[in-house]
Amino acid sequence: MTEIDDTDRAFLRALSADATLSAGELGRRFGLSQPAAWRRVKRLSDAGILAGRRVEIDHEALGFGVTVFLGVKLAAKGRVSLEDFERAVAAIPEVQLVHHVLGLYDYRLRIVARDLSDFERILRRRIMTLPGVGEVEANVLLSEERRPGPI
Amino acid sequence: MRIDDTDRRLLRRLLADPELSSGALADLAGVTPATASRRIDKMTREGVIRGQFAVIDWSALGYDVQVSLRFTIDKTNPRAFDEFLAAAREVPEVTEIQTFLGKVDVRLHVIARDMGHYQQIYRDRILTLPHIAEIEALMQVASIAERGALPL
Repeated sequence: MTEIDDTDRAFLRALSADATLSAGELGRRFGLSQPAAWRRVKRLSDAGILAGRRVEIDHEALGFGVTVFLGVKLAAKGRVSLEDFERAVAAIPEVQLVHHVLGLYDYRLRIVARDLSDFERILRRRIMTLPGVGEVEANVLLSEERRPGPI
Repeated sequence: MRIDDTDRRLLRRLLADPELSSGALADLAGVTPATASRRIDKMTREGVIRGQFAVIDWSALGYDVQVSLRFTIDKTNPRAFDEFLAAAREVPEVTEIQTFLGKVDVRLHVIARDMGHYQQIYRDRILTLPHIAEIEALMQVASIAERGALPL
C-alpha cells in the first residue's frame, strides 16, 4: 500500500471531479510546478491508485432511458459453474456491471435499456435464460450520485 | 441537441475506452482529429457528455471491503428521503448513492479498510442514519465486469 500525503489527496479529489485537468492546471491550483505535478500524477497512476477514467454521458440523449439494478440468485448451485454464468452474463451487451456478492443474492447487475418494454425483453430473453439463474429482483434507478470517498 | 452517426461513433469509442488519446479516438471513429475534438467539445458543452472522472482504486489505498447496503425508508415522514440522503452524504466512506423504484428505496456503496473498520462504520454511521425501515447488506466478493459502454 502506497502512503499518500495531503497534496496527493487534493490531486485525487480534483481528478475525481475532472479527469481532464492537465498537470499544468493541477500545478497552478496546488502551487506546484508543471513537472512536479506531472510526477505526482504518474506516481499515483503507477501505484494503481489512479485506475483510469470514467466517462459519464446523458443516457437519455442517446435513447437509453432506463437503468435497472438486478439482484440475481443462482437456482442450482453446484449444477452450473459460476464461471459459466459469469461468462454468459458478461457477454450481454446491455449489462454494464457484474458484481459477485455474498448475501441475499449471488450477483448484482446493472442493466441499461431503451425503455421499460426494452428492459422486459432483455429480462425475458437474455437474463431469465442464463444458465442456473434463479430468483431475480429488479429495482429501477431513479437517481444516482458519486461521492468523493474518504480522501 | 441532435446526435448524428459521427457523434454516436465517437461516444461508443470513448465509452469503451475513456483513456484513448484524442488522435486514437479520431482514428477509430474515422474522422479527423479536428472534427473529433470539435464534436467532443460540443457534446460536453451541451451536456451529452456530463464529464470525465478519474477512477480511484480504493483497494490500492488499503480499502479492501466493499459493501452494497440496500435500504427501505420509512416513508410515513414526507421528509424521510431528503433527510436520509443528506445524512448519508456526510459519511465519507459512502462512495455511491442511488435511489430506486422497487423493493429497495436507496442503495449506498460503502468502503472500509477491513471487517473491523466496516463494523465500526456500520454501527456508528449507518445504523444512525434517519428513517431506516430495513437494511440488507450484499458483501462484494469480486467485480466480474464493469464497463461504461452502451449497446449503441
